Amino acid sequence: MSNNGLKSGSNLEKVLKAGHFAFTGECGPPKGANVEHLKEKFEHLRGKVDAVNVTDNQTAVVRMSSAAASAIMAANGIEPNFQMVCRDRNRLAMMADILGVYSLGVRNMLCLSGDHQKFGNHPQSKNVFDIDSIQLIAMVKKMRDEGKFLNDEDIDEPPKMFIGAAANPFADPYEFRVYRLANKIDAGADFIQTQCIYNMPRFRDFIKMAVEMGLTEKAYILAGVTPMKSARMAQYMAKMVPGMDVPEALIERLKGAGKGKQAEEGIKFAIEQIDEFKEMEGVAGVHLMAIEWEHKVPEIAERAGVLPRPQVD
Amino acid sequence: MIIADRKSLEEILDMIKDFKKILLVGCKGCVTVCNVGGEKEVGVLAVILKIARKKEGNPIEIDEKTLERQCDPEYVEQIRDIFDQYDAVLSMACGVGPQFLSEAYPSQRFFPAVDTKFFGGAVQHGIWEERCAGCGTCVIHHYDGLCPIARCSKSLQHGPCGGSADGKCEIAKDVECIWDTIVKKKMEQGRLEDLRTIRAPKDWQTARDGGPRKSIREELVQ
Repeated sequence: MSNNGLKSGSNLEKVLKAGHFAFTGECGPPKGANVEHLKEKFEHLRGKVDAVNVTDNQTAVVRMSSAAASAIMAANGIEPNFQMVCRDRNRLAMMADILGVYSLGVRNMLCLSGDHQKFGNHPQSKNVFDIDSIQLIAMVKKMRDEGKFLNDEDIDEPPKMFIGAAANPFADPYEFRVYRLANKIDAGADFIQTQCIYNMPRFRDFIKMAVEMGLTEKAYILAGVTPMKSARMAQYMAKMVPGMDVPEALIERLKGAGKGKQAEEGIKFAIEQIDEFKEMEGVAGVHLMAIEWEHKVPEIAERAGVLPRPQVD
Repeated sequence: MIIADRKSLEEILDMIKDFKKILLVGCKGCVTVCNVGGEKEVGVLAVILKIARKKEGNPIEIDEKTLERQCDPEYVEQIRDIFDQYDAVLSMACGVGPQFLSEAYPSQRFFPAVDTKFFGGAVQHGIWEERCAGCGTCVIHHYDGLCPIARCSKSLQHGPCGGSADGKCEIAKDVECIWDTIVKKKMEQGRLEDLRTIRAPKDWQTARDGGPRKSIREELVQ
């Protein structure tokens, strides 16, 4: 392997490989071509995180493409983690976009199935799912390590991506979740970002199983954290977001904080979580998804004690 | 079998609004079994259409005929003597029927009275569910006889996705997560390791993605 034993040479890979506790952020592209709006959002994250996930038509709502937004981010000196879902593209478009974003400086990507379009703002659309997320992971690995397209033809200048995947420890059937994680790692995932964690006991069980199965030795697991802005947001997520596990006790805690103080209580809970993850065996970092709350990331990072971010050459 | 639902009365009335005399053709195949386009349903629809048109002050004459199968040229011939006595023909067969009729009688106009939906069966009286996507390469043996291509909303070969909760699919609480069922069956039978296999991307050439399909049985071709 060239590049000092690095698979992609991305900042995120270097930080993780050097044994630092990684801290990644997230930025949803705008619902339009408003580049200034995009820049304003990701500028909050500059220097505060190791890489920024750029979502791909998240919740099946059409936005500026994750490819374009990732490229803009890279050109502005912030490292993107390009998200790609299987819902909207077939294998030709996926491979083409992987080559495209790589050529524009993208070095990390997160391979996802994608929310069903039924949730989104174009439920009439045809879905693709030519390949699934595990096959996408394997495809990116093949492109990177073998320098070949899915059909075994050679790639002229293979894309060297640091390959990410998602894991939802809270979806059902619970017993199978760690095996699905194992499948993703077997397929080639270098790092994992989990769904937002609120049920800490369940996550502790999950990561313990992952450690026992040796999975945390094979891939870096970043625990997903989304600070709650209010008790109402918590209730909404508990009820409306598929595969989300929000304990009643957390909702009560937010309610108990009183009017005007719920957001601060949500941030406090997130910081408590990050503190615990720093010490938790098998957890290599945190993925902070501050949804439409990018401007709060510097404060959360500061208070969670993850600043300054390490510089690894 | 092929499952269909009858189109709404409004849609059918709109399709045939310019015609005074039509032939309503049922089929004794799948649509009879799923109670949508057999002899009985032909009779009911004919009555409803006639009443509706009479109310509009624009009466319509409707003759009824139910063929053994509309997807077989031999039976399609059964209307050879009468097809041109009508302004139009309304078919209650699946989408195959009106096309076979159109091909056999190019001078006549054919309209579908049903929406053809899926390959499935009755899970209880009056409720039909999809079971097969007709992808052309059956893989259900990998999943203990359950098909994720047809029954997972995302056709995942490696499921369940992160949206599976309480055995239900993320798209709706009344949709079973087939992957939940597959996993539980494997666990009950102590064969969860089967699901640790990473499968190659599916070759969709045998599905509709490869273009319109044809099946040739050499020994039967004259």
